[in-house]
Amino acid sequence: MRIVVLGATSAIAQAAARIWAERGEELLLVGRDPQKLEAVAADLRTRGGTVETVVHDLDRDQAGLVGRVGAPDVVLLAQGVFGDASRRDRDPEYAESILRTNLISPVRLLTLLAPALPPGSCIAALSSVAGDRGRARVGVYGASKAGLDSFLSALRQRLQGSGVRVLALKPGFVDTPMTASLPKTPLFASAAQVGRGIVRAVDMGRDAVVYLPWWWRLIMLAVKALPEGVFKRLKF
Amino acid sequence: MLPYGQGRSYGDSCLNDGGKLLRTAGLDRFISFDAESGSLRCEAGVTLGEILRLLVPRGFFVPVVPGTKHVSVGGAIANDIHGKNHHRAGSFGAHVRKLELLRSDGEAQELGPDDQLFQATVGGLGLTGLITWAEIALRRIPVAAVRMEAIPFAGMDEFLSLSEESDAEFEYTVAWVDVLSRSQRGVFFRGDHAAGAIHAPRGQAAVPLDVPAVNALTVRVFNAAYYAAQKLAGRSRLQHWDPFFFPLDGVAHWNRLYGRRGLLQFQCVVPTPEALRALLSEAPPSPLTVLKRFGPARSPGMLSFPRPGFTFALDLPNRGEETFAQLARLEALAMEAGGAIYPAKDARMSAETFARSFPRLGEFSAHLDPAFSSSFWRRVHR
Ligand SMILES: Cc1cc2nc3c(=O)[nH]c(=O)nc-3n(C[C@H](O)[C@H](O)[C@H](O)COP(=O)(O)OP(=O)(O)OC[C@H]3O[C@@H](n4cnc5c(N)ncnc54)[C@H](O)[C@@H]3O)c2cc1C
Repeated sequence: MRIVVLGATSAIAQAAARIWAERGEELLLVGRDPQKLEAVAADLRTRGGTVETVVHDLDRDQAGLVGRVGAPDVVLLAQGVFGDASRRDRDPEYAESILRTNLISPVRLLTLLAPALPPGSCIAALSSVAGDRGRARVGVYGASKAGLDSFLSALRQRLQGSGVRVLALKPGFVDTPMTASLPKTPLFASAAQVGRGIVRAVDMGRDAVVYLPWWWRLIMLAVKALPEGVFKRLKF
Repeated sequence: MLPYGQGRSYGDSCLNDGGKLLRTAGLDRFISFDAESGSLRCEAGVTLGEILRLLVPRGFFVPVVPGTKHVSVGGAIANDIHGKNHHRAGSFGAHVRKLELLRSDGEAQELGPDDQLFQATVGGLGLTGLITWAEIALRRIPVAAVRMEAIPFAGMDEFLSLSEESDAEFEYTVAWVDVLSRSQRGVFFRGDHAAGAIHAPRGQAAVPLDVPAVNALTVRVFNAAYYAAQKLAGRSRLQHWDPFFFPLDGVAHWNRLYGRRGLLQFQCVVPTPEALRALLSEAPPSPLTVLKRFGPARSPGMLSFPRPGFTFALDLPNRGEETFAQLARLEALAMEAGGAIYPAKDARMSAETFARSFPRLGEFSAHLDPAFSSSFWRRVHR
C-alpha cells in the first residue's frame, strides 16, 4: 500500500504510521520541519517501512504538493494546530492562522487531490470531537474542525460511487504534545491507542465518521442534545 | 529537574517532590538498527518491551533485561540495571556504546564508555542530565523461546551449589526462596535461549481493586502452593520469552495485591555466602524473595549497584513502623557485610548507608548537573 501522511510529525499521525511501517508499507511523509520529519522517517524505517519525505509547508502551497504525491491508496490528513486558548480569543490574525492550517489548507488540498485518487483508495482526515459543538475553551479550534467535518461530509457524498472512501476521524482528548498543558483526566487516550483506531478504521472501511475511542460517540450525542439555553451556562 | 522514565523504580529515586519531572515518554523514536552488528540507536524513552516487540522477530534480544519489560532505555541506564544473566553479561551499562546527554546549560554531549561523564551517567540516577538517545549492542537469538528448568532445592547449601554449577552452564539463573520454611527451601530457575518451537504470548490477567491480600497467612499459602506447582510442572520445559523474563507483567497492577499503602522493596548485594545466610535468617515473610549470584563483571558506572557477590531482594507490604524496623535490620546486616543497597528499590536507607554502598560517591558528585535533583538525592546526600 502507498500511504501519504500529511502533517507526519503529529503524534497521532506518527502512531498510525508506525503500525503501517511495521507492516512494511510504503510511506510518503509530508511536514514542514525538516529535522523533525527526518527523525520520524528514521523511526519508521527502523520499524520496517519504506519511507520518503517531502518538506513542504501545507499552509502555503497546495498545488505544488499534489503533483508530488501521485496516486496513493491512503491519504492521512493530520496537519492541525490547537493554539493557545487566551491568544486565540483575542488575536484575529492568530485565529485566522489556525483556520488556515486546520480548515483552509485541508479543503484546498482535498479539492485538488480527490479527483486524482484511484478507486479503492481512502481519504482519512483527522478531525476532533471539538467540531461537534462549539465550546468556549476551544472556540476557533472547534470551528475549524466543524468546518472540516462539514466539508468531508460533502466530499463523501460527492465521491459516492467513485470507489473513494472519506473517513472523518474524531479523537477525544489525546495525550500528545498538543495537549501537554492540559491536566490529564481518565478521558484521555494515548496517541498509540488512537493510532490503532485509525489503522483499524482504514482497514475495515466501514464507518464514515469514526470516534476514537468509540465511546466519544455517546458522549458527544449527549453533548449535542443539550438545549442551547442549558449548554451556554455550562462550565466545561 | 529530574528525568522520568516509566516510573518503575520502587522508591523515591524517580520522584522530585517540589521540583519538576522531565517526562521522557515522548522520546520514543528508533533512530537506526544495524542487523549486521546488532547495534540499535534509539531515543531514551523507548521501552525495552518495545525493542523486544520489534526486534525479537528479527532474531535479536536486549542484552540485559530486568523483571519487567516496561522500563525505558534512559531508566535502564540511569540505574545500570541487572538481569538474570549478570554472571555472563554484566549490567545494562556494559552494553551501551554511546549516549547523548543534554545538560541544563543547553549543551548536548555525545559520550562513550571512556568518558568520565559517561561513567557518571551510567548508574547516575538521572542526576547528571537528560539522556536523549543511546546506542545499545543487542544480542542475537535463534528463536523466541527459552529452554528453562525449575529445580526445587532444600536449603542454602543446595542453592549455592546449584548457583555454582548453573552459572557455568546457563545464561539465565535466579532463585526464589520460601523464607517461611525452616529449611529455606526454594526453586532455582535456569534457562537459555532455545532453538525450538515458538509459543504464542499469553493474555493478561489483571488485579481489579486494591485488596490487601498479602499477609502472613496468604504468604504461607502462596509459598506452599508455588513450591508445589513448580515441582509438578516438571524440571525442564520450553517457554515463551515473555513470561520467562517478565512473569509479573502478565498480571496488570499486581502491586494492588499489597493494598492501598502499597509495598516496599528491599534489595542489597553482599559479597559472601555467609552474609547471605544471615540476611535470609532475618528475612520477614514475603511472597517474593529472590536470590541471584552476581558475576565478576565490573559495572561501568561510578554509582552502579551490581558487583560480585549475592543479591537478595524481597517485597514487603507496607505496615508502617513495623516494616521500617525490618528494613533497618536488613540494611544493617548488608552494611556489616560490606554490601550495598540498590537505590532503585529503596525508600529508607540513610545517608551513611548510601555513602558506604557507593565508595565512588565523591568522584560522582563532581559530575552532577546543578539543575538536577531528586527526592532520593536530597534524602541520602549530605
Ligand atoms: C516488577 C519489577 C521488576 C524489576 N526487576 C529488576 C531487576 O531484575 N533488576 C534491576 O536492576 N531492576 C529491576 N527493577 C527496577 C527497574 O528496572 C529500574 O527501576 C528501572 O530503572 C526503571 O526504569 P524506568 O524507565 O521506569 O525509570 P524511572 O523509574 O522512571 O527512573 C529511574 C531513574 O532513571 C532516571 N532516568 C529515567 N530516564 C532518564 C533519562 N532519559 N536520562 C537520564 N536519567 C533518566 C530517573 O531520573 C531515575 O533516577 C524492577 C522493577 C519492577 C517494577
